[in-house]
Amino acid sequence: MSLALIAALPFLGVLLPGLMIRAGKNACAGVTGFVTALALLLLGLNAPAVLRGEVVQTRIEWIPSLGLNANFFLDGLGLLFAGLILGIGLLIILYARFYLSKSDPMGQFYTYLMLFQGAMVGIVLSDNILLLLVFWELTSLSSFLLIGFWKHLPEGRQGARMALAVTGGGGLAMIAGMLILGGIVGSYDLSVILENKDAIQSSDWYLPALILILLGCFTKSAQFPFHFWLPHAMAAPTPVSAYLHSATMVKAGLFLMARLWPVLAGTDAWFYIVATTGLVTMLIAAKIALFKDDLKALLAYSTVSHLGLITMLLGFGTATAATVAMFHIINHATFKASLFMSAGIIDHEAHTRDLKRLGGLRTLMPITFAMSIIAALSMAGIPPLNGFLSKELMLEEAAHTVWGGTPWLLPALATIGALFSVAYSFRFIAHTFFGPVRDDYPHTPHDPGFGMWAAPAFLVALVIVIGLAPMGVAAWLVNVSASAATGEVITVKISHWHGLYAPALWMSLAAIGGGLVLLGLHPRLMALWNATPRPDAKRIFDGIIEPIAALSSRITDALHDGALTRYVGIGMLTIAAVSYFAFETGTHAAGTRALMPIHPVPTLGWLALVMATIAIVIYHRNRLLTLVLVGIIGLMISVGFAYFSAPDLALTQILVEVATVILMLLALNFLPKTTPKESTAARRGFDIGVALVAGIGIAALSYALMTRDFAFPTIADYHIANAKPEGGGTNIVNVILVDFRGYDTFGEITVLGIAAIVIFALTEALLRAGPANDRLLAWRPDQRRAGDRHPMMLVVATRLILPIALMVGVFIFLRGHNLPGGGFIAGLIVSIALVMQYMASGFAWTAARQKVDYHALIALGVLVAAATGIGAWFNGMPYMTSDYGYVHLWPLEEFELATAALFDLGVFLTVLGAVMLSLASLSRIGLRAGETVNAQPFDIDPSEGRTLEAEEAR
Amino acid sequence: MEILVAVALGLLTSAGVYLILRQRTFPLIVGLTLLSYAVNVFIFAAGRLVTGLPPIYDKAAAGYTDPLPQALVLTAIVISFGMTAVIVMMALGAFLETGDDRTDMTKKDPSEGDAT
Repeated sequence: MSLALIAALPFLGVLLPGLMIRAGKNACAGVTGFVTALALLLLGLNAPAVLRGEVVQTRIEWIPSLGLNANFFLDGLGLLFAGLILGIGLLIILYARFYLSKSDPMGQFYTYLMLFQGAMVGIVLSDNILLLLVFWELTSLSSFLLIGFWKHLPEGRQGARMALAVTGGGGLAMIAGMLILGGIVGSYDLSVILENKDAIQSSDWYLPALILILLGCFTKSAQFPFHFWLPHAMAAPTPVSAYLHSATMVKAGLFLMARLWPVLAGTDAWFYIVATTGLVTMLIAAKIALFKDDLKALLAYSTVSHLGLITMLLGFGTATAATVAMFHIINHATFKASLFMSAGIIDHEAHTRDLKRLGGLRTLMPITFAMSIIAALSMAGIPPLNGFLSKELMLEEAAHTVWGGTPWLLPALATIGALFSVAYSFRFIAHTFFGPVRDDYPHTPHDPGFGMWAAPAFLVALVIVIGLAPMGVAAWLVNVSASAATGEVITVKISHWHGLYAPALWMSLAAIGGGLVLLGLHPRLMALWNATPRPDAKRIFDGIIEPIAALSSRITDALHDGALTRYVGIGMLTIAAVSYFAFETGTHAAGTRALMPIHPVPTLGWLALVMATIAIVIYHRNRLLTLVLVGIIGLMISVGFAYFSAPDLALTQILVEVATVILMLLALNFLPKTTPKESTAARRGFDIGVALVAGIGIAALSYALMTRDFAFPTIADYHIANAKPEGGGTNIVNVILVDFRGYDTFGEITVLGIAAIVIFALTEALLRAGPANDRLLAWRPDQRRAGDRHPMMLVVATRLILPIALMVGVFIFLRGHNLPGGGFIAGLIVSIALVMQYMASGFAWTAARQKVDYHALIALGVLVAAATGIGAWFNGMPYMTSDYGYVHLWPLEEFELATAALFDLGVFLTVLGAVMLSLASLSRIGLRAGETVNAQPFDIDPSEGRTLEAEEAR
Repeated sequence: MEILVAVALGLLTSAGVYLILRQRTFPLIVGLTLLSYAVNVFIFAAGRLVTGLPPIYDKAAAGYTDPLPQALVLTAIVISFGMTAVIVMMALGAFLETGDDRTDMTKKDPSEGDAT
């Protein structure tokens, strides 16, 4: 469980920063850091087992039918990456606390950061490639939010979009590749896939799977030709760049290449695709980095270059090269993240990160200078720092690798890459810190407080310590991760001195010397660079994306131009066309089910329904008449339900009909009373055509359905057989509602409650100051009012009816389990009994006399239903299992008590609350529009022979 | 009898679709109500039509109709009341806010039709 918990912790922590920001920035950063530290601690607890060579596993079945399981496993590789993600994450949280300015929404930032962290941890711990894909896409999405965090900056938004398009596109390719891989092996579990090297590499589908998966890795890790998104993503706040674009997200691609290394690597295809891509990326990016004046752009291209280096090492396909790759991943994360943070500090303090405007910061920012110079020297590969160690090992590997039959090509190119690396690293130091102190910085820089430089300083300390004592500090981690990545037992030996005859020594010296020469020539090279035309990746990207975007918005606009009628029409015709196609291409035989005889009385009811429907279409412009006709249709449908053996439906339909018509009448009071004639004859003809197509389709479909017997045995028999023995009720429909399908019913009453609260919220919004409120205050009734709004006869009759109606409601409720009735129907009956009081004496008069809060009623109903369901747990039964027993209480006859009745009570309360809240909301609008409140139950009192006065109630 | 139910269903659907296409909120609501009837009856009819066999235990009963579609439709009727109430409220709100009860908002004339 604890592995799943490690991956889940950041997600669980997602909401905390947003809440804790109210308690201040320290609390917000503190709680975020705490969650991360907790995850790191859990990881640490699992580390000893991994170091012993075990693989820790957590298996949870999620959707077994799809092969999608929430399986997690932790081996050396996962430990390395999860440690990097959580460890550097903790440092970034600390750094961001001091980096973000007052105006930045810090809670939001940490929320996005935790989302990203969780997704990354998920990737490296997944033991199921489908699960891995889910997390993979999540990193793309959450990094989109983080890169575009400064929403006011267009570069931020464009950079975020570009990153999403490139990495998301690669992710799509990877999904296909992973599915092929799973198809070859027959399992989506990584631990199974990793054991099937021969099956995968001998498969015809190996090459397509390899290319598709590598597309995902290369886009994510910014490999050429997809490298262009990373520099544009630098518009993000610096903590994001340091975290995503140096230490974690861009390494996801490397992680996956390492993860699948045992089954994918070792072939020629792997070597030529991966090693070549890595090499080209390393060279091109290192060269561009030298000519970037923006500190973060320089670091971004340097990152791309180092990612290329690691990709190349993985591409070599030998276990020793993969080991070096693991070592360089550790080293790169330490020096590059600290360099990014230092660049952020310079930007934060000097208000610029343009190398042309910097220089001479050595004395102004001594601490930042010290940190940067150590990290940059490590990046350049100067002994004895950690970057030197892994670079030497890389050059050594390159020296022994033959590319395309030419032994000198790879070592030479690798040396040139290292040479550029030296040059830009030195340039970073020289042009930022050395030279004369200037007097034209946008802001006079000085070292920041401890909080801001603590995180990079910690990483710089690691750079030195790993550099001085690699065998003591880092070798164990390299060993476990490389063993896990290659599937062989690796014991690494890292040393500073390999002897005079080691080619790496001379390559290294050449790189450092050449790098210094390049730095000396830099002004002249820069002039040459600026004079040479070169492709602008952003313009090419936009050139591809913009026509596609324009095309898709043209299609969208054509289908959906904001006119409801257009897309309803298109939708109807599409459904009809697809259905017709299915009908034409399928096979079918004539119906065999015996038809029911047609009796005269039901036919009369049918005739009423048909006439009313046709009349609605003809007279729909008269809205009041339309409502009357709707009432007739509803009534006939209810009678139809009764005729076709559905008494519960008949009761429900007729009651809902009453409530609906009252509701629509209340609304119609404030809407135009007629619909104007505005569509052309051609338009109406078209609409009639669409309507006829839809109607004929439904009629034909339902006729075909009703004239055939069930294609499969129905599950009805189970319900019919078990309603009494299992559910304890004789009304099968009610037993299904409150017992067999109780969970569905619970969902439905929740929806009903939400709908009522939405109506309440809409009313609140309308009654707030605004155009709607103004319109209501200035409301003039557009129809003649009734002379006697609250007729005495109606008042007296409803008063008499109320207790009887309530009694009927209780009766219907109680008998519902055995005879037609139940919570839904009883709730509607009681609602209508109450609404009659509102109609008789007015809303305000009645509301003043009943103290029930409808919101509370809805909440109570849902809670009662939920509590009934939970009650089953105490019986040791699954949620929503009902129980019943028989009770004999003198002088009553024996009756049955079922927990389902309690559930039904919840249904009853919710329905009552929801219906009343909806109608009451409309009445409040009436009051705002100037309806008066009467002080007496009726307006005209015949005993006194006068009209009672009404209070103004605005 | 089946043919009558099928015709009624088709008519309700046609009337519902036609009213939805009428470009004003009130016919739209009535149209949706008619469509809800049609859908509910359609689901009900999927249990096949039977008379005189209500799904309530009775020793004398010759059999029972399919109770499952009935249970589905019962909640659907109540939910469709909730849905109707919400769109009625939205239609009312839209009319009170803008003084217009059109359903079509084409991009060409966003400010068109403030009737007040």
